[in-house]
Amino acid sequence: MTLLITAAAAVISTIIWYSTIQKKDMKLGTLCLMYWGASLMWLIDSIVEYVELGADFFAPESADMINDAFLGISVVIFGLIIWLVILLIKDPSGIIKNVLFKKNAK
Amino acid sequence: MACFLVPAAEAIVTTVATQVIKSKEKKEATGTSHSESIVEASHISLSKKMGWLNKMLWGGSALLAFEHVWHGEVTPFFPFLTAVSDGNTMEMLKEMSINGVLMAVIVTAVWGGMVAVSEVKAKQLSKESK
Repeated sequence: MTLLITAAAAVISTIIWYSTIQKKDMKLGTLCLMYWGASLMWLIDSIVEYVELGADFFAPESADMINDAFLGISVVIFGLIIWLVILLIKDPSGIIKNVLFKKNAK
Repeated sequence: MACFLVPAAEAIVTTVATQVIKSKEKKEATGTSHSESIVEASHISLSKKMGWLNKMLWGGSALLAFEHVWHGEVTPFFPFLTAVSDGNTMEMLKEMSINGVLMAVIVTAVWGGMVAVSEVKAKQLSKESK
């Protein structure tokens, strides 16, 4: 479930990156690569688990599924927070710089 | 258990390598002529390509570390890994050597694919411009 949610976040962020790359540099590429990196790592985790459990891997307990879904959503939000911090620090469009400069000018 | 430590270790190495490559590229850029710099603009620098790998490795490791904290496998106090404090160090090392190494390999392999595609695209662009 965590893999599915993170992979969905990776696909959605990549589509948004592709459709907005010409307009603004929002560092969306960083977010995409972060989610893709995590998805690939969880894919390996899932493959290893599948090798150990066999078909049981596809029939998890409902409580485990809910916990994994909750974890998946939390991971996506954690990724968004990391991206937001990078965006605010790097400030590619100079928005924060402009705001601070205006405040200082007053 | 601690599989994310393997790609995180790779991320440290690749980040240092990227910084070294970047400084070399800066030195080379100051010595190139205007016509050479126009040719250079059509291809993506190695440091930028390394940046893609760094982002995948650091991002993936950070999100996996979050998962390990969630499951109580990483703690904020020494020795930081519950597998070590519970005496399951060998099991943890086995997991790191299988899952962790495979994670680092797959991310690096996908990055290799991205680099190969970007090289092909760059060659196509330079052919079109000629």
